[in-house]
Amino acid sequence: MKLREIAHSRTGDKGNISNISVIAYDEKHYPLLLAQVTPERVKAHFAGVVEGEVVRYELPNIFALNFVMDRALGGGVTRSLALDAHGKSLSSALLDLEIDAVRAKL
Amino acid sequence: MRTIRIGSGAGYSGDRIEPALELAEKGDIQYLVFECLGERTVALAQQARLKNPELGYDPLLEERMRAVLPVCAAKGIKIVTNMGAANPLAAARKTTSVAKSLGLSLKIAAVVGDDVLDACKQRDLRIMEFDGRISQLGNRLISANAYLGAGPMADALAAGADVVITGRASDPALFLAPLIHAFGWPMDDWNLLGKGIVAGHMLECAGQVTGGYFADPNFKDVPDLARLGFPIGEVGEDGSLVITKVEGSGGAVTAQTCKEQLLYEVHDPRRYLQPDVTADFSQVTVEEVGRDRVRIGGGGGSARPPTLKVSVGYVDSFIGEGQMSYAGPGALARGRLALDIVRERLKLTGVAASELRFDLIGVDSLHGTQVSAHANEPYEVRVRVTGRTENLREAVRIGNEVETLYTNGPAGGGGAFKSARDVVAVASVLLPRELAQPQVQFVGG
Repeated sequence: MKLREIAHSRTGDKGNISNISVIAYDEKHYPLLLAQVTPERVKAHFAGVVEGEVVRYELPNIFALNFVMDRALGGGVTRSLALDAHGKSLSSALLDLEIDAVRAKL
Repeated sequence: MRTIRIGSGAGYSGDRIEPALELAEKGDIQYLVFECLGERTVALAQQARLKNPELGYDPLLEERMRAVLPVCAAKGIKIVTNMGAANPLAAARKTTSVAKSLGLSLKIAAVVGDDVLDACKQRDLRIMEFDGRISQLGNRLISANAYLGAGPMADALAAGADVVITGRASDPALFLAPLIHAFGWPMDDWNLLGKGIVAGHMLECAGQVTGGYFADPNFKDVPDLARLGFPIGEVGEDGSLVITKVEGSGGAVTAQTCKEQLLYEVHDPRRYLQPDVTADFSQVTVEEVGRDRVRIGGGGGSARPPTLKVSVGYVDSFIGEGQMSYAGPGALARGRLALDIVRERLKLTGVAASELRFDLIGVDSLHGTQVSAHANEPYEVRVRVTGRTENLREAVRIGNEVETLYTNGPAGGGGAFKSARDVVAVASVLLPRELAQPQVQFVGG
């Protein structure tokens, strides 16, 4: 299944850094997020977009993850050549990530 | 326990105006905050001020003030805003004249001192985003404005201001100031200040916490977005917080909308750096306690950082752009052919660009070719070519090479568009906080 079915997301921008929240609709899916939405997978998912490091912060109180992606906005919001200079649409791309629900049940 | 209600009347400079009026009329609020200053807006405003010393404040200032001042004056609602941009004093004078024209007598204060260009030059501070110092920007340097804290705004409220107008200040500090003023929070009670920053952060983007920027049909549906209500924060003197909105307005305040806003533009949730405190969002809790009522708890904080973040505006480069559409069978192939032609033309004609970008809108323009590799063939595509140049003349040539696709490129190209503009970009430096000396000045009366 797609990440979109179990989580919602919003992108924020500061300079050349983009952050994406991934928030479980239902707390029972939070372990699935922890196990499968890793910084390595997020970095790979954004191949060609994110040039720098991806760091993941965990917020267990609200069943959410926060990904901070360095060098992700074409040199920075105020100078980027990109159509979406803020990277606001990145959250929708991340929700396309494949989640293996079968593996999670095992 | 004492509680105040703060309304958030704008999430950016061009935001809708009538939801702010709705807050003032029906929101039972004591404070109305307008956050209108984007990352580079001060630099653009400084350019406007250099052309006309009475300008350089938010272009919608007069319209917003005209809309809300009568009801705010009648109800005693205090206004706090960063619409001063590069010229808070001129903004305060303009607001005074608007108030007079409406027959209102209001005390209007400007907070000045965020302009730290001289101090940054003298210290030749290091730029955080790239390897360089202030002096290397030379005559391309436009402005340097420190993110001020809540202190001067709270002082202005204590001195009886009905309207407080700042330039660059931390966005959540606009909301923290009324809390410090109303509850007498000490400026070194990091825990309370951290809770106040959580409140400010939840409110500062206005509609983004009441269901704006949230809807995703069949997954996250939001009612009545055309009449989106803006948020109200009910804050107790112990820092407790409920986010709500005007009854009957559009949108929704739910745990989900609040969680998305909580993490918006946040990096390390344990260390959200602010001029007044290092706020801690990591233990925040979110709980629906009624219809369109969400309680936010668990915020905290530790000592404020020793430096202030300063936004440095500078002329970075020029950007030229051109676009053209293709549709029907083979649209994608013709779009790709068009890009190949423009790529070769820019080389052939020697356009001097330091960076070029070739996009197919509808295919790969947002996330590049790798992320979108598995997308289906669209009915229509829009070619987009952009490039960075040293001067306007070169930038213009990029759009021209796209436009000439009309008679020289693939079949059926339509809807050409071109533009060339200068780019004012923003970088950051860290300034020892004692080098910024904010002051409150009252204007007219």
